Amino acid sequence: MSTTPHDGPTGTSPESSRENDLPAAMERPRADAPAVHPGDTMADPLADPGLPAHQPRPTDVDPRLERRAERQVATLFGLSSVFAVLFVISYFVFNIGPKPTIIAGYGAANIALGVCLGMAFLLIGVGAIQWARKLMSDVEMVEMRHPAASSDEDREAAISSVMAGIDDSGIARRPLIRNSLLGALGTAALAPLIVLRDLGPVPGDKLAHTVWKKGMRLTNDVAGTPIKPEDMEIGQLVNGEPAIFYAKKADGEPVIEGTELNQAKAKAAIIIVRMRPEDITPAKDREDWGVAGILCFSKICTHVGCPISLWEQQTHHLLCPCHQSTFDLGDNGKVIFGPAGRSLPQLPITVDSEGYLVAQSDFTEPVGPSYWERG
Amino acid sequence: MSTATTNGATAARAAKPNPLAAVGTWADERTGLAGLAKKQVRKIFPDHWSFMLGEIALWSFVVLLLTGTFLTLWYKPGMSEVVYNGTYDQLRGVSMSEAYASTLHISFDVRGGLLLRQMHHWAAELFIAAMLVHLMRVYFTGAFRKPRELNWAIGCLLLLLGTLEGFTGYSLPDDLLSGTGLRAADGFTRSVPVIGTYAEFFLFGGEFPGDAIISRLYVAHVLLIPGVLLALIGAHMLLLVFHKHTQWPGPGRTNDNVVGYPLLPVYAAKAGGFFFIVFGVTALMGGLLTLNPVWRFGPYDPSQVTAGSQPDWYMGWPDGALRIMPGWETHLWGFTLSWNIFLPIIVLPGLMFTILLMLPFIESWITKDKREHHLLQRPRNAPTRTATMVALMTFYGITWMASANDILAIKLSLNFNDITYFNRVMVFLGPVLAFLITRRWCISLQRADQDRLLHGYESGIIMRSPEGAYAERHLPVSETEAYTLTARDREEVPALPSAADEDGVANRKVHLERLRVRANRFWFGSNIQKPTAEELEEARHHADHELQQISTGSEPHRLEAPELESSDPGQKD
Amino acid sequence: MRLLSARLSAKRRSPIAGLLVVLLGLLAVGGAYTLISPASADTQQADQSTVQEGHRLFLVGCSTCHGDNGQGVVTKRGTQYGPALAGVGAAAVDFQVGTGRMPMARPGAQAQKKKVLYSPSEISALAAYVASLAPGPSVPAKESYDTSNVKNSSVVRGGEFFRTNCTACHNFAGAGGALSRGKYAPALDNVSNKHIYEALVTGPQQMPVFSDEVLKPNEKRDIIAYINSVRDQPNYGGSSLGSLGPVPEGLANWVVGIGALVAIAVWIASHSVRAKKGAKA
Repeated sequence: MSTTPHDGPTGTSPESSRENDLPAAMERPRADAPAVHPGDTMADPLADPGLPAHQPRPTDVDPRLERRAERQVATLFGLSSVFAVLFVISYFVFNIGPKPTIIAGYGAANIALGVCLGMAFLLIGVGAIQWARKLMSDVEMVEMRHPAASSDEDREAAISSVMAGIDDSGIARRPLIRNSLLGALGTAALAPLIVLRDLGPVPGDKLAHTVWKKGMRLTNDVAGTPIKPEDMEIGQLVNGEPAIFYAKKADGEPVIEGTELNQAKAKAAIIIVRMRPEDITPAKDREDWGVAGILCFSKICTHVGCPISLWEQQTHHLLCPCHQSTFDLGDNGKVIFGPAGRSLPQLPITVDSEGYLVAQSDFTEPVGPSYWERG
Repeated sequence: MSTATTNGATAARAAKPNPLAAVGTWADERTGLAGLAKKQVRKIFPDHWSFMLGEIALWSFVVLLLTGTFLTLWYKPGMSEVVYNGTYDQLRGVSMSEAYASTLHISFDVRGGLLLRQMHHWAAELFIAAMLVHLMRVYFTGAFRKPRELNWAIGCLLLLLGTLEGFTGYSLPDDLLSGTGLRAADGFTRSVPVIGTYAEFFLFGGEFPGDAIISRLYVAHVLLIPGVLLALIGAHMLLLVFHKHTQWPGPGRTNDNVVGYPLLPVYAAKAGGFFFIVFGVTALMGGLLTLNPVWRFGPYDPSQVTAGSQPDWYMGWPDGALRIMPGWETHLWGFTLSWNIFLPIIVLPGLMFTILLMLPFIESWITKDKREHHLLQRPRNAPTRTATMVALMTFYGITWMASANDILAIKLSLNFNDITYFNRVMVFLGPVLAFLITRRWCISLQRADQDRLLHGYESGIIMRSPEGAYAERHLPVSETEAYTLTARDREEVPALPSAADEDGVANRKVHLERLRVRANRFWFGSNIQKPTAEELEEARHHADHELQQISTGSEPHRLEAPELESSDPGQKD
Repeated sequence: MRLLSARLSAKRRSPIAGLLVVLLGLLAVGGAYTLISPASADTQQADQSTVQEGHRLFLVGCSTCHGDNGQGVVTKRGTQYGPALAGVGAAAVDFQVGTGRMPMARPGAQAQKKKVLYSPSEISALAAYVASLAPGPSVPAKESYDTSNVKNSSVVRGGEFFRTNCTACHNFAGAGGALSRGKYAPALDNVSNKHIYEALVTGPQQMPVFSDEVLKPNEKRDIIAYINSVRDQPNYGGSSLGSLGPVPEGLANWVVGIGALVAIAVWIASHSVRAKKGAKA
């Protein structure tokens, strides 16, 4: 950029830049300042002293040092080969599998293979770089740049070629062809898009229901054992599942398994907690949803769906480890901290004729993360 | 009289043919590449350590391709349930997906398998970290300016795709931790208004977890994203070769040349060597540091979770934003808008990425600088730009640390509730403070440079005048340094446009132009411009004079007289 | 800040000297830290003299917070110093005192594990006294927590229970986890089998209770066996980085990985040594 003279020169020192609109240095006009061309802003105020003279390295002047550097590089490459061979030996010497080789509490195979492979490659790299630094010519060379843009002639020629081509095609003069082509391409694009429809089923109302239903027993997860109220103590947490997950068909196969089981678990997992009755303030229509201070809630966080079982028994807060949403289970699962937006759904429970805890019905609201049509 | 070139005493022998030339000729006769080779083989690249940061990313990517290919030989991307019967005792008899079982197989029954897995994962983490560091270097030095804006855009896309590639990659073992991450991704997808549940069901092939997601992520991870990455990296490198690399200003280095060393042999050795070094460091890390011990997490189960559930570090900042977001949801006419998820996970990353992408274009709109730039700028000489990036980094850093709030709580005996409240405030305050502090710091550094240029460097020689006053002797900096300090643009700020020109024609875009000029003033306003030749002369003269003043009269009482380098006191280089 | 020439600064303290002093200080303090050795109390018959002995010890060391008769102490604001101990059982005392958590150094959200202050017989006496206040879980019999003859299938099953019930608080490797307001679930690396059992049964502080009726004794034993097996497990892949998941892994990536590679890049591009002046190539 060239300095253009303004009105009113001042002779202020460049250090005293004021903090108002324009700093002093910018305002200062210097009618006698050297004309600076856009190309050589760098030449103002000092001229380019040019590339400094090349200074040789010790390996350039002393053949002894040069040979030493050569040997050093060769040693590095040689050591690399040693490590590569050690890698192959480690591969066979250190076992993995049923009887792994353990040294000082570490798996020897992984460490040995990693260190040997690492050193083998590292030393090749270090050797190559030492070679470049010590022995290859380090005289700085200069290459001129070319502007990124092509020459004006080239650009003109390119544009005129393209225009000639377009002109020849006649697409500008034939809107009928152009429009029908666009229409054809557009409708052709529908084909690959529509094939994606069967990526998955439509949601329907699947998200609003779980496998829980009236009379289904609550069971301890993993074990599948049903639970009686008197089995639970105040401050207890049970990670639970619906009994149907452990039910077997006549031929001994599970009723639900595999993918279907996982999908059902992702909504039906529950936690059962027992608190002192005075710690519970049930909502209006939930007074009979618990049994003697035992309440059942969905285990699936209403934030993004992580299972929650950090039960702080003394504060009766339930904490999700993923993003720290905290729910007060004494207050109907209300969110008291964290990014969850919805209280934890509660499963109404009661006791069946044999004294085991059972669900009164399915959850009365969709379980898990919120979604647009949740209501 | 003969004009023989030999004395004819020995039999003539044909010159030994160069084998390389023979091969080259064969190839050239079929490809015509000699023209290209002629220019590129001895191409000059400038030398600076900060130019190698992008190489870390490039070579990590190559390591990823190599180790990844090896892993595909054993990994099985299936979600069908199998009963594990392999080596790892603590999981024998457990039902798990085929993907998880094959990962256990690679870790315990394939020699070198665990090393390959860990190398691959470390290389992925290095890849993204290197891209970030490279991005910061490019931004701080102004290397993204014309003609390299396109390369910047490609780089931003590489960062985005690299992050996605990492996410799909660490989800493939289907262990408890990454499965929890997929569950969260399920919640994110669901939170999108209107189409959320449809997108969720289409992505997972039904309700979460379904049986399709792992194999779909596998295809994305092994084929689709690497394909795009390769193409973009190719374009990125081509543009670099075409534009040539930028360089620091200095003696002999102008905007129209490149000073450095040739591709063959120096950079072939340095860059090629660096590849081996990156590979070696990755292998050492893979051998010595455990990464993602899937056998300890166990297979994914939707009713299990571990404390300390975080995504890999590069997904940390959206996770942190998610944690500090208050639980805002709106319920309208039977519909739910989950702001608490939609804003930090969908809107915020999109916004941040767009800002990042647009940075060169915003800057060129503000500065109206249409010239080609091949010389770099020191960060201090572009304070507003530097401060902008530091503010962005502060935002990134705070949201990143927010994601580690529970680990910080247990390791530093803190309370994560307090950490969350702190972060909610600092995520806004931090970047502003960082911007202001950085900008002032840069300007101070500019002052220091100006001082150094005009008054010389502090030599450490204290001189005592006859009256007893102490002063430090300043010696002029070398010509090289002085030139380097002044090798920058002189910025000129345009005047505010008037609402109408001389003929009274109203300027319709006056508001936009005024905004631009104000932005321009803010951008450049506080810069200390380099001195003109007269000012420099004047200052040096002044310095000499000062020196004389201190030492007139009796001999200057020197406290210390260390051996000086080549420059003699009182003489300019 | 002025850019000082380094000429005179060559002999001054290196900038990392301060850091080294801090590191040395930290090492000295850390080295003086003593390990807790958990006491193991033998189950004894609660006879009257033991109970009385326990009451005597109780009055000296516990009654300030728990009341002279273990009835608990409630402050004017309604908060409590120490809860009532009727019904907590001998198991709770054995766990709390046996791991050094009790007596607490001061009231707080979390009782930390620290040096055990009572001998095994004293702990038994205290346990007998507290058990006499009201019926509660007794110190478990050795068969409940003896994992020496456990089959691998039990260890595997214990792992399933562990991942369902324990990892949410204690982390996948038992390395501990954060609870709200500064509380935490401690790491499981240095706790005896008996104490694990007792913790499961009594639910110390924020930990939930896992009663024997729901989580059966043999299931608890399987969990303990699994905890032991992962604790004793070799580090197959190298240093475990604390087994805290992606956070320390990310830290290692930046500090070790990027740190090393950037340092190497600085080396690669650094100017090599120049020959002495006057030397000719």
